[in-house]
Amino acid sequence: MNEKKREDVELLSISSGETSQPFQWSVGKHGSYFLQQLRDNKKIVGIRCPKCKRVYVPPRPVCGQCYVAMDEMVPLSDEGTIYVCTIVQFGFVDPSTGVQRPVPYTWAFVKLDGADTCLTHFLDSVDPEKVKVGARVKAVFEERRTGNLMDIKHFAVL
Amino acid sequence: MGKRVAIVGFGQTYQRSSRKDVNGVELINEAVNTALADAELTIRDIDAVVIGNMDHFEGINYVDMWSAEGAGAVMKPVIKVCTGGTTGTTVAMCAYYHVASGMFKRVLAIGWEKNSESDTTGAIITAFHPVWERPTLGGAVAGLAIEASKYMANYGATERDGARVAVRERLHALNNPFAHLHQEWMKGIPVDQLVDLLVGSEQNAMLAYPLRMSDMCPRTDGAAAVIFAAEGTAEKIAPVPAWVHATANSHNFVYAGDVNMDRNTTIAEASKKVFKKAGIKEPLKEIDVCELYLPYSYAGLKWIEDIGFCAYGEGPRLLWDGVTDMDGELPVNPSGGVMSSNAIGATALIRVGEAALQVMGRAGTRQVKGGDVNLALATGFGGCYWGDVMLLGKKKPS
Repeated sequence: MNEKKREDVELLSISSGETSQPFQWSVGKHGSYFLQQLRDNKKIVGIRCPKCKRVYVPPRPVCGQCYVAMDEMVPLSDEGTIYVCTIVQFGFVDPSTGVQRPVPYTWAFVKLDGADTCLTHFLDSVDPEKVKVGARVKAVFEERRTGNLMDIKHFAVL
Repeated sequence: MGKRVAIVGFGQTYQRSSRKDVNGVELINEAVNTALADAELTIRDIDAVVIGNMDHFEGINYVDMWSAEGAGAVMKPVIKVCTGGTTGTTVAMCAYYHVASGMFKRVLAIGWEKNSESDTTGAIITAFHPVWERPTLGGAVAGLAIEASKYMANYGATERDGARVAVRERLHALNNPFAHLHQEWMKGIPVDQLVDLLVGSEQNAMLAYPLRMSDMCPRTDGAAAVIFAAEGTAEKIAPVPAWVHATANSHNFVYAGDVNMDRNTTIAEASKKVFKKAGIKEPLKEIDVCELYLPYSYAGLKWIEDIGFCAYGEGPRLLWDGVTDMDGELPVNPSGGVMSSNAIGATALIRVGEAALQVMGRAGTRQVKGGDVNLALATGFGGCYWGDVMLLGKKKPS
């Protein structure tokens, strides 16, 4: 187009270096209650919409489908079914930790008994014969829990 | 109803894995100059600019501010739009709304990305919930692999079915000089044999089952610009303007775990709205060509069902019957699609621009149906399976 030919110029790029920008994310009342139940009682809770009766996990204050407020916390089973899953063999740096997770690992959407939406988490197996849509799984909790989604270590394939 | 609006110009850069010879603003400028030349306009003719890319992919925010010179936006109304993967189509929709409002006659839509400047998967993850999803998120490839796992479980689709889509996209890309991937080795080999090679080769690394390298889009540096003009102006600029017949989008959830993986409900809903507005009753028969945002192979099976081109589970049959090939009843992605070039913020806008070229009869070596295209459909995809749809036509909409 209109650019001058600068065929002999050395093309440079500048690295940002090892940057770090810490954030502090508010979890909210509903989410905090969920995490406290995980931490203190090894219990998983959801929340029911008064209108459509869907049970959401993690709990949040508004049903997006109905746009009504939700308040009814409901206990959920620590067992459920694999809704979708994949064995990840492609490594990448997790921007939240700056660390590359070891591969392979299994990432699954688990529909807990009593819930209508899924928790997204890791499974304990990378065996393609066991890791399948529809397989049953059970939550395994960390011994030392801090009020974090990772208080669930992973889900074990039953 | 707004005013009638048409696309009158389109420009794109050659899509490449890395463009170290230009920075983002310079890359944008290439696309803008190409679009202006295509429409035989100057920047003075442009009343307003809409621009978008993926937030923070280049570690730079406020693209509306720092790109103003390259975008030709100095002292003009400029709005930035970012909706994730759908950014390009949403930019197009926003430019369309500007003109349809009657307040602007000629509006420039720009999408761009320099994926070479950061880790794409790492950047994509920052779009997801830091408390509930990022700790375990499997990344961009895995986010699509899970959908494929559901489709295979529900309908018995196979890895060969997925590979059939990849073969179509890569063969089509050979006709498109702007495409990033040109897999010349595929030339002259029968489709069946290519499919066998893709699913059987150990060099074709498994990324996240069932997705191999060949099932995924590349990471691309590129930019695109599309010019929208109002009725009365459009006919003077372009001999055959591509009229916007209808457009719609659907965005649903915040939480990935809420998404219905059985069907792509947002693309289905947005398509339904567009077909209703445009009076389309039999999409497969009435639409002549598609430029669909298919970021991975299995989307080419399932999402064409959700758009309404065939019944659930029939996607693979359409592919194997050649219906979606260049010479088929409904050619899909004559450009080679997203699986052949993916400069993310530009990608969905390129779908719109390529669909416009087909309507205008100016798609060159990738033109379908000898230029006899009345209706072309473009889509965008992003975030939690979000969907944008735009239908373009040769005749003025009624």
